[in-house]
Amino acid sequence: MTTQSRLVPYLYIAPLLLLLAFVFGYPLVRIFEFSFKMVRGIDGPWIGLRNYQLVLGQDLFWESVLHNLQLLLAIPAMVVISLIVSVLLYERVAGWRLYRIIVFVPFVLAIPIIAVVMKRMFQFSGPVNEVLRWLSLDFLALDWIGSSDVALWTVMILIVWRESALGIILFLARLLSLDESMIEAAKIEGANWWQRLRYIILPQMRGVIEFFVVVSVITMLAAVFAYVFVMGGGRGGPGTATMVVELYIFNALIRTSLPGIASAASVLLFLVSVLLIFPLFRARRRVRKLEA
Amino acid sequence: MRKQPLSGLAGTALKQGVLLLAAFFALVPTLFMILTALKSDEEYAIDKLGFPDSPVIENFRAVLVDSPFLAWMANSVLLVIGAVLLSTIVSGLAAYAIACMEFKGRETLLALSTSLMAVPPVVMIVPLFVLYTQLGLISTYQGTILIYAGLITPFSVYLLTTFFRTVPKELFESARIDGAGPFLILIKIVLPLSLPAIVTLVVVNSLYVWNDLLIAIIFLQDDAKRTLVAGISVFQGRYNNQVPLTMAGMVIASAPMLILYIVFQKHFIRGLMAGAIK
Repeated sequence: MTTQSRLVPYLYIAPLLLLLAFVFGYPLVRIFEFSFKMVRGIDGPWIGLRNYQLVLGQDLFWESVLHNLQLLLAIPAMVVISLIVSVLLYERVAGWRLYRIIVFVPFVLAIPIIAVVMKRMFQFSGPVNEVLRWLSLDFLALDWIGSSDVALWTVMILIVWRESALGIILFLARLLSLDESMIEAAKIEGANWWQRLRYIILPQMRGVIEFFVVVSVITMLAAVFAYVFVMGGGRGGPGTATMVVELYIFNALIRTSLPGIASAASVLLFLVSVLLIFPLFRARRRVRKLEA
Repeated sequence: MRKQPLSGLAGTALKQGVLLLAAFFALVPTLFMILTALKSDEEYAIDKLGFPDSPVIENFRAVLVDSPFLAWMANSVLLVIGAVLLSTIVSGLAAYAIACMEFKGRETLLALSTSLMAVPPVVMIVPLFVLYTQLGLISTYQGTILIYAGLITPFSVYLLTTFFRTVPKELFESARIDGAGPFLILIKIVLPLSLPAIVTLVVVNSLYVWNDLLIAIIFLQDDAKRTLVAGISVFQGRYNNQVPLTMAGMVIASAPMLILYIVFQKHFIRGLMAGAIK
């Protein structure tokens, strides 16, 4: 009876262990192995650090890394936009229910769909430039998609547009868990809107802002494939202007059939994400404690 | 007493202005897509911004005849249902054990599973692709469903464990005294109480699977098995110069999620807000 009941929990977690071992465990072991092999088809001979030398010696890889790093510049804009909108929604400005439904929309639509739409909007002869010229801002009417100097910035506009919706959702959830009596008390004390925001609301939002920033860093470094794939015509174009590490891995695996090279790049990306797990955990724990 | 510059009329107007602007930007791509889809190529060439003079639905017909949008949609639905169902069952069982039973390695398991949320999916694709090629699982639904289910499961376990821990222990005790086994307690007591958490899970996970491109494009390469999102990425290059036609396709592609969102907005908003911490 006791041995039986001691075994029961393991029956419940067995499917989880199997699933995680297959989808995470197996690949995480194999990328390390593959990264030291010259894989042709399903396996190949050990070649030491050759794959890493190849990847790290390739300009295209470093250009991709640089592009991922440039995307980090979008994060401050996302934080500011999300903060402003979420605070206004929290204040229940007239019509806030409708506004809330609308500003969540970017998060509901699939990224490739929006990328296709935005690509047409930002075409050189498209509606965005038409509006800019109409506003006499001709110098801003750039070749948003076709120019290799501008294309990555256009991708960033799309990323800010969508990821800010996540920020608003997160921040609003945190705001709704705030203790309203403190804000009321401050109102009675005569604190104005700015003072209430600066001294009462923002300090309590620190944890959730930190969480959003860490999540966004992970996104920018390792989860922008869907944005870039459509905007860059599947090839990180024009030229290599929107090439990112994920696309580099994709190309190595699918287009040039070099799983060894793709694995070496995957290992590097994995190590970076491991470094980010610790700040992520700390931030999440703090948010959960505050919201509980 | 201090003056309150932003609580007056000007302050209200400013706040409304900011929210109107945010709402406008959030909706602009959707509006552009719908308005353009109703224009003819000729009209779009002259007027890119305005409302269509004489709305045409020809574009929608052409897209539906030309491209297998409905088949792609059916594929996406199948993947969403398969992956979300599998993940919910697997993580429900495990979360119940983690939250309500004593066993060795319990906290380690939870920490390990939770930390997997931060591992980017792209890291896992190379070995799985090689393995699937070997096993003939490329372009199969079951193979792809398994990957999606795995990728969303760490979040499911995390969310359900957190929620199950809030179920009062007295409920278990009284059920156990009545002779109910652990599985019966899970089905009869824990699950019915956890409906809000499960709604969150279904919303967040369905959006992930429905919207994903990376896995879909790599593991479902057969044209007949494409998901909606992967199909679009193929489709958009084909009609590069026919913007209205492309937009009609995008309207059809975004319609299911938009309609679900509007109809079930309460569940979506609650689900998104509760599930944002992932």
